[in-house]
Amino acid sequence: MTTTSPVEKAGGATAQYVDKRIGSNKFLSRNLGKVFPDHWSFMLGEIALYSFIVVLLTGVFLTLWFKPSMVEVVYDGSYVPLQGIKMSEAYASALDISFDVRGGMLLRQMHHWAALIFVAAMAVHMFRVFFTGAFRKPREFNWLIGVGLTTLGLLAGFSGYSLPDDLLSGTGLQIARGIMQAAPIVGTWAAFLLFGGEFPGTDFISRLYSVHILLIPGLILGLVTAHLMLVWTQKHTQFPGPGRTNDNVVGYPLLPVYMAKAGGFFFIVFGIIALVGGLVTINPIWIFGPFTPDQVSAGSQPDWYIGFLDGALRMMPNWESSFWGITISWNIIIPAMILPGLMFTALGLYPFLESWLTGDKREHNLLDRPRNAPVRTGIGVMAITFYALLWVGGANDIIATAFDLSINSIIWFLRVSIFILPPIAFVVTKRICLGLQRRDRDKLLHGYESGRVLRLPHGEFIEVHQPLSAKDLAVITAKTDVAPLPAPEKADADGVRNKHYRIGTLRHRLSTAFFGDNVARPTDAEIEAGQHHAEHDAALEAPLHEYEDADQISPGRGGALHHPGMAETNAEQMDERSQH
Amino acid sequence: MTDITPHGGHDQQPAKLGYSPRADIEHRLRLADTDPKAARRAERQVTSMFLLSMVFVVLFVVAYIGIDPSTEVYIPVFGLTSALNIALGLTLGLAIFLIGAGAIQWAKKLMPDVEVVQQRHDQLSPDSDTQEAAANYERGKEESGFARFRMLRRTLIGALIVFPIPLVIMLKDLWVPTPEEEGKSPADILSTTLWTADMRIVSDGTYKPVRPEDLPVGGLISAVPADLQEVEELQGNLNARGKAAIILVRMEPDEIRAQQGDGWDYQGILAYSKICTHVGCPIALYEQRTHHLLCPCHQSTFDLADAGNVVFGPAARRMPQLQIGVDAEGYLVAKSDFAEPVGPSFWERG
Repeated sequence: MTTTSPVEKAGGATAQYVDKRIGSNKFLSRNLGKVFPDHWSFMLGEIALYSFIVVLLTGVFLTLWFKPSMVEVVYDGSYVPLQGIKMSEAYASALDISFDVRGGMLLRQMHHWAALIFVAAMAVHMFRVFFTGAFRKPREFNWLIGVGLTTLGLLAGFSGYSLPDDLLSGTGLQIARGIMQAAPIVGTWAAFLLFGGEFPGTDFISRLYSVHILLIPGLILGLVTAHLMLVWTQKHTQFPGPGRTNDNVVGYPLLPVYMAKAGGFFFIVFGIIALVGGLVTINPIWIFGPFTPDQVSAGSQPDWYIGFLDGALRMMPNWESSFWGITISWNIIIPAMILPGLMFTALGLYPFLESWLTGDKREHNLLDRPRNAPVRTGIGVMAITFYALLWVGGANDIIATAFDLSINSIIWFLRVSIFILPPIAFVVTKRICLGLQRRDRDKLLHGYESGRVLRLPHGEFIEVHQPLSAKDLAVITAKTDVAPLPAPEKADADGVRNKHYRIGTLRHRLSTAFFGDNVARPTDAEIEAGQHHAEHDAALEAPLHEYEDADQISPGRGGALHHPGMAETNAEQMDERSQH
Repeated sequence: MTDITPHGGHDQQPAKLGYSPRADIEHRLRLADTDPKAARRAERQVTSMFLLSMVFVVLFVVAYIGIDPSTEVYIPVFGLTSALNIALGLTLGLAIFLIGAGAIQWAKKLMPDVEVVQQRHDQLSPDSDTQEAAANYERGKEESGFARFRMLRRTLIGALIVFPIPLVIMLKDLWVPTPEEEGKSPADILSTTLWTADMRIVSDGTYKPVRPEDLPVGGLISAVPADLQEVEELQGNLNARGKAAIILVRMEPDEIRAQQGDGWDYQGILAYSKICTHVGCPIALYEQRTHHLLCPCHQSTFDLADAGNVVFGPAARRMPQLQIGVDAEGYLVAKSDFAEPVGPSFWERG
């Protein structure tokens, strides 16, 4: 820059002032040019972050008007149907926010939508990280932080859903209290302490409020910071592509491109949430009326992320044991305590389990294509199927009325299929992945099938194959073959018994199951030969071009192998296109 | 595979910026890179987005002041909604969205679109750092005597374990029992309700006593104990209501196949707790033909003609029945409290 504006001068002076005190220029010098790889799926985590920021912003506004009190008041606000009705101060103030604070309804709806989007974006972001193996070394900690964030996201959502004290949210709390009460040994005490006595009592909303606006968001904020710092120091993973290796990052520098794109995307997410909050009604608390423990409306549904737990509760057979003066409610303990505990534990442990059974201790900065890890992909789809079935269970009454089915048959279908469909999903997914691997292998060995059949002068028919583009070649060849762990010896050469024989055998079997079916990657020589063959096909076809429009069957979609001549082809094509 | 990912052939000297531009892939120029007109057009697009954003802020203020909060408008698809809410949402949303759209358009059209390469470094610290850290740790251990003074170490650990106990103890008064609750355990409190012998059954909402004639065969009434009116808790009477709420149903006496006690009905009128034994939702979905009661929360189904037993669903226990009769004036009354705790199961329930 040749000219410096007064603003820039002031900015520069400020940077110097700050640097002399905290040495910030060291950080800036290292990081303003930091490179971030680009891919649409990397924006999922950004959506989660930005919607969380919107939740925080709108939440701060809501605290200005919301009164977290269960003391009974008579409503005298401007929503006519509820005027003169006794209700808690919390509900009355939530109604005031909706009807008497200008823009309050918008803030409430933005807050709710942003919360739903926050949890959804975290879930989809987690899918992306799982299916591409981004959780592998060195990023296991960040996976754990992510699992913690997802759990906290559910708690944040549920605690917020319960605050307005309308009939729907109160019913949710009533169920939560019923579940708590069924906990072994401490259940009744836990419930009485948390609710300050009997349900609903007068303490819970104010207690939940401090959890919802201070404790949980504080924890989320701390974990989000740690999550981002780790992404920053470890640098983002990238998908395979030309020039992308395990040891570099290819993308755009923080200043200006990434900052403009990511910063711009924040405003896009924020803006869309505001639009949705303005246009689409969510949680119309005024319809449900104030909470009372002896009323409920049919079709009561929790927010989407609690649906799986509700479904588990609905699906569970009614097992309960009573003996020696105690009662164990398996029908609640299993679906509402053990199941979510197991699900989140399995989620957290998965990276460690995979690295243990594969023996893979390498650093991975290049993402896996899901097909190249068929067992992992299968496990992921299996877990999603399991979750989806629970979720369907949570909507069984809606499904029953919408499709005129019997609730009992839906429940029986789910009770059976929750054990059958996930394994089927695993097998089918794994097969599809292996099929895709085989197709990749074919592409490497023969090039693309162009679908064109050519008759040669001597009468032979051939199917024309085209060489792969540089990008496709780089993507497909990024796959590395990993040999399963070898079977351990029972005893070494000196006849000393192998103490780790059993565990070794287990790991051998598991890693064989994990890698065993993978389609071997062709050797470099084979790939080269295959691509040359495809070029040869294309060359045979070349004379035809004199008679046809070159655009329709232009041979070679980009330079495949680095050899003389290809780059020119590229350049020629580019010229051709710009002429059109 | 360096020949397939032709990355190494170029000068990879790490520049001062920490990254180097890529020259290994053919880069297609954008229209705005080659045509100054196109570049100016892009600039105008971005400028107008930022300008429009400001216009929407002005419109937001106009809507905030000008639209009456009670005005409703009909918008196709979205239905009848608050005009103010829609206006504020649209103007605020577009004002914010356009900043983002402008920034991204700027980045895509006018900022460089050449990918650059930066090298990664191992996460592992250099050996020298590790050794220095270890040496520092050893020095600290030595100087503090943490390893030598065994008692000192153990008592410190003990004190650190014990000191949070007071903080936990203070949580006891999260529940301060009311005078009536004094000396009772949670399980005792959960096991009793407001119902006593000869307490009148009044209909929920109006508190009017119920006569047997008020309830036709096949009908259902939500009811509460007459004393509920007198209960004054801070939040009305919700605690007492949550346990004592019942439903009254009437069927032909010969349709009743079983009850929880002999003659607990009154001329075919049966009283059952309204609170589901699964996790405590109130139930009032009654199918008079089958006498089934269906919980709207988790679809537990109970047969009221068969002692309130579970027919289907996740609930393990039957709905508790309340023994009823009539008093001298012919109003329905309870004969006693429930014989078993109402609502969800708990550990001490037995």
